Amino acid sequence: MSMPATTPRQASMLATTPRPPAASAWAATTTLGWRAMLKIKHVPFQLFDVTAFPLMMTLMFTYLFGGALAGSPRAYVQYLLPGIVVQTIVFITVYTGVGLNTDISKGLFDRFRSVPIWQPAPIFGALLGDVFRYSLAATMVITLGVIMGFRPAAGVVGVVLAVALIIVFALSVSWMWIIVGMLVKSPESVMTSSFLLLFPLTMASNIFVDPRTMPGWLQAVVAVNPVTHLANASRGLMHGNVDVSSVVWVLVASAAITAVFAPLAMRMYHRER
Amino acid sequence: MTPAIETSALVKQFGTTRAVDGIDLRVDRGAVYGLLGPNGAGKTTTIRVLSTLLRPDGGSARVLGLDVAREPGRIREKVSLTGQFASVDEDLTGRENLVLVSRLFGHTWKAARARADELLDAFDLAEAAARQVRTYSGGMRRRLDVAASLVVTPELLFLDEPTTGLDPRSRNQVWDIVRSIASGGTTVLLTTQYLEEADRLADRLAVIDHGRLIAEGTSRELKSSVGSNTLHVRLDDASRLAEAERILRQVLGAGVHNGSDAYTLAARIDGNGRIAEALSALATTGVGVAELTLGQPSLDDVFFALTGKATKEEARV
Repeated sequence: MSMPATTPRQASMLATTPRPPAASAWAATTTLGWRAMLKIKHVPFQLFDVTAFPLMMTLMFTYLFGGALAGSPRAYVQYLLPGIVVQTIVFITVYTGVGLNTDISKGLFDRFRSVPIWQPAPIFGALLGDVFRYSLAATMVITLGVIMGFRPAAGVVGVVLAVALIIVFALSVSWMWIIVGMLVKSPESVMTSSFLLLFPLTMASNIFVDPRTMPGWLQAVVAVNPVTHLANASRGLMHGNVDVSSVVWVLVASAAITAVFAPLAMRMYHRER
Repeated sequence: MTPAIETSALVKQFGTTRAVDGIDLRVDRGAVYGLLGPNGAGKTTTIRVLSTLLRPDGGSARVLGLDVAREPGRIREKVSLTGQFASVDEDLTGRENLVLVSRLFGHTWKAARARADELLDAFDLAEAAARQVRTYSGGMRRRLDVAASLVVTPELLFLDEPTTGLDPRSRNQVWDIVRSIASGGTTVLLTTQYLEEADRLADRLAVIDHGRLIAEGTSRELKSSVGSNTLHVRLDDASRLAEAERILRQVLGAGVHNGSDAYTLAARIDGNGRIAEALSALATTGVGVAELTLGQPSLDDVFFALTGKATKEEARV
């Protein structure tokens, strides 16, 4: 084999500066979080297609049924909007699984796994990006709500606290999607499985209507649905009449879901593929 | 100095399939070493075990003197992997991809941006730097992928089928890149299904089939182990290939097999005496010969002699 003459261009292929010390766990995680934000910037559609549905529901329910359900659209949007923020963010959790599955099938995870970084960094980086994604979606929905007449009595502080609580819950749900993302074959099947789970989870709740008019068996379902408690807690926080038991319920549920699914997901992640 | 790679009876199993079935390999430092074999031979699995993505099920493997099962983290600090599929983020721009990987290798943001720009220049991607990778051609993706593996200079670079699916021009570019990397002192282990690629790039080769190593040596050694000469016959009419093969077999014996395309046959020649006889037999039956070459066996011939089957012909360069 003959060696080609080394041109300056070829010389700079190989690094001339000394190798830097390995990235810290924090640097690796934030860098991968930065990547997740770039993806939102480059593929904003991924954010819009999941938020479009809840936004349509907001418009439809408020103007079609608002008068019938709460006397006036304006009165109804005060009830509906905190729940819609919950629905929107819970829907978006599926993208944790979609993104992970895409990275695995495209071979990007091989790259991350062959680089000398703290091994869980890709997972935590993705979750960091999710927090940004959730906040962005919440801002969009709340902005629409305010335009439609939503006036949270507890002001900005109440809204921020509510969104924070929703994000805590959403992160626990994300762990489930990490597992789904590692199990199924394609990003499309992650999406399909999401609708089977998320539709019933958000509809069989008190997001849209007070469950008092529902049949008894459904009321029982709604009462144990964590989304119901999350919607209650969010309403309380946004309107300044905090239901402490709901907030505690949500925090306990989030902790329980995370305690079960996070270790399972990390075990599956460390196992080779 | 310990060799770059040293494996002994290496085994990797998936269920009941032994993808790697007892491979002994020794790759010296500074070499370009080729793993050659058809699809599914176990090349990728071997590379994934050596780059610590998979754990071996049996035998042992030491990479740069470190045991793959016991010290995967330390190996990752010294090697780089360019996988079979361009492992770059399609949603990000080329530059963002390189900044990302530079950061993961420990560069500060500032140094990461500087290194990204340096690599974009070196790999002829500066103009496309701000475009999303999904708009890149196959060759550009591959160059970006290799660039990402060179953010810091690895002691050992794994390249899994670096040119599969590339057009001839991009393939030549990648070959030049591999030579440049090797001339900088980095050991390169590459897999390929292309015999020409192995012939041109690798100092030494291992031929792998069904998870086993069936031959090892320089390309010259492998060729001379097959026999002194090979006759390549190109016919006028592809439909008469089977007939021609039968005739050549009668005269020359068993070492006749299909050549590089539907018009070509290759035959092992042990003594030159029978060539005239073979040609006159073809002429008698009226099979037209368009072209005739007598020369050293190609790696195609080597592969046929070792495995009894031809390589995938569409895979040739």
